[in-house]
Amino acid sequence: MSNIWTIARREYKLFFFSPIAYVFLFVTLLLLGLFFYLDLFFAVTTQQFVPGAQRTIQLYIFPMLFLGIPVLTMRTIADENRSGTLELLLTAPIHDWELVIGKWLGSLLFFLTSTLVTLVYPLILNFQLDPGIDWGVVISAYTGLILLISTMCAVGVSVSSFFSNPVAAMFASLGMMIIFWIIGSPAQVTGGTFTQVLGYLGFPDHFYDSFMRGIIRAQDVIFYVSMTIFALALGSTSVETRRWR
Amino acid sequence: MIHVSNLTKEYGNRRAVNEISFKVEKGEIVGFLGPNGAGKTTTMRILTGYLPPSSGKVEIGGYDIMEHSIQARRLIGYMPETVPLHQDMTVYEYLKFMADLRKIKNAKQRVNEVLAQLHLEERASGYISKLSKGLKQRVGLAQAILHQPEVLILDEPTIGLDPAQIIEVRNLIRQIGKQHTVLLSTHILPEAQQVCNRVLIINKGNIIAEDTTEHLQARLAGSQRVILRVRGEISPLLPLIEHTPGVLRISRQNDDTLEFETPHAEDARPQVARAAIEAGFELLELHAVSLSLEEIFLQLTHEDAPVPMTTSEPAEQ
Ligand SMILES: Nc1ncnc2c1ncn2[C@@H]1O[C@H](COP(=O)(O)OP(=O)(O)OP(=O)(O)O)[C@@H](O)[C@H]1O
Ligand SMILES: [Mg+2]
Repeated sequence: MSNIWTIARREYKLFFFSPIAYVFLFVTLLLLGLFFYLDLFFAVTTQQFVPGAQRTIQLYIFPMLFLGIPVLTMRTIADENRSGTLELLLTAPIHDWELVIGKWLGSLLFFLTSTLVTLVYPLILNFQLDPGIDWGVVISAYTGLILLISTMCAVGVSVSSFFSNPVAAMFASLGMMIIFWIIGSPAQVTGGTFTQVLGYLGFPDHFYDSFMRGIIRAQDVIFYVSMTIFALALGSTSVETRRWR
Repeated sequence: MIHVSNLTKEYGNRRAVNEISFKVEKGEIVGFLGPNGAGKTTTMRILTGYLPPSSGKVEIGGYDIMEHSIQARRLIGYMPETVPLHQDMTVYEYLKFMADLRKIKNAKQRVNEVLAQLHLEERASGYISKLSKGLKQRVGLAQAILHQPEVLILDEPTIGLDPAQIIEVRNLIRQIGKQHTVLLSTHILPEAQQVCNRVLIINKGNIIAEDTTEHLQARLAGSQRVILRVRGEISPLLPLIEHTPGVLRISRQNDDTLEFETPHAEDARPQVARAAIEAGFELLELHAVSLSLEEIFLQLTHEDAPVPMTTSEPAEQ
């Protein structure tokens, strides 16, 4: 356990050394702030549309998670492999899975930190609107968001473990994100067992219809948790078989 | 402490290490000598659990490196050849990180001790990426000795160090080797001679020679082993040539064969031949066997030259 924490702590700190991480944080938060301001401005002048926390989350997901996770998790293991530092980590008395989970936890904590910042918008909104906002939806949406981030980080770290070139890892995990993002769409229009199964695997399918609407369903929680575990297990296996390649 | 039996490693169908076996006991410093591509790094990577062997067995302190990998790895301190360090950390942060992975108690205190031991205190708060090669080498060494490992495995530990540091590092290794077990690889023969109790010479994946440094030194001083064979029983010849100038360490190998050592500088072969013939023996063979280790090593480093274990010189009849 303490090994996971040691690895995670280093990984977390490393994000704050990366200029790309700051660019992502800065651009995303700037964008969010801008849209928030515009929304609020229109809401005040037209007296009708009131932006919710959902809009913030929607605007946050695309740049920060969809693009940010592949770009920022690409180096987690691939870079250790390329620079050779993996040799000292894999000869230290730690399990391969502790390394992978530590890398995932560090990344997760970084994205949670950035997500925490976005909470300022619902807070401001709460002060601006008279009866305040529906915190139930905010809590549900952020719970879903955290689960989504956890799964996406696990995919990013896992994909990174297959590569020794971070850029290749980035494209591969971006590809994975796209696949899991659209894989469920056919199920929205047609039936069929196969499309239904694919529909179950889609990342957004367990988020927008439930968490975003204030509904926390066990099946969605189980989906994200099991996807996270599956991706991490795959990553650990990949690190282990790396020794054999 | 280190127990290797029939270790083989194949990369694809290239055999990098071929059925090697050796043991290193506690308190021994063993040098691993061999030309480029001999299989030193590969062997060390298997010993430390980084690479799995294709076949064969490695035990570290009684733990099988494959089956009880974590227990075995706890006993090992390892400095890889390329000294891979996390460039984005400061020297202190990095050593603290490695100390935490090793679960060292009083990690901070231990890191400071090691920093002092390797004269890195001044650079403790500097980033590793900004260090010179030799300083990085010292950080690599520092992380290897942090947990006071039972077994220290060092892949070319003195490469890139300045002469003063080389002496210090060699002293450090000698000091650690008093209580612990050290296996180090090197190309530098005098280094092996100075630091190691024993030397393994490896070429093309095979251990081709193994000797203590005393023997090594004796040979480097320039003596050779000579085989003498006569027709019939050789025993009566022993006392005759025992006192011939230049004959050292004489021993009977067979009914008709004996072996002695003689320095290159004072080659006793002509006198021995004369003594044997004058005493009425029929001389069948008189030749030097085994090169000096240095000669073997030089032979090895010339890839194209075959490696003869024995050289025959024409018998003087
Ligand atoms: N990862 C690898 N994949 C394929 N072949 C390899 C790999 N690592 C080493 N080899 C090959 O195995 C052989 C032994 O290499 P090794 O690195 O063990 O030699 P070495 O004795 O450490 O040499 P040097 O003195 O140059 O460090 C070489 O022929 C090398 O090309
Ligand atoms: Mg090597």
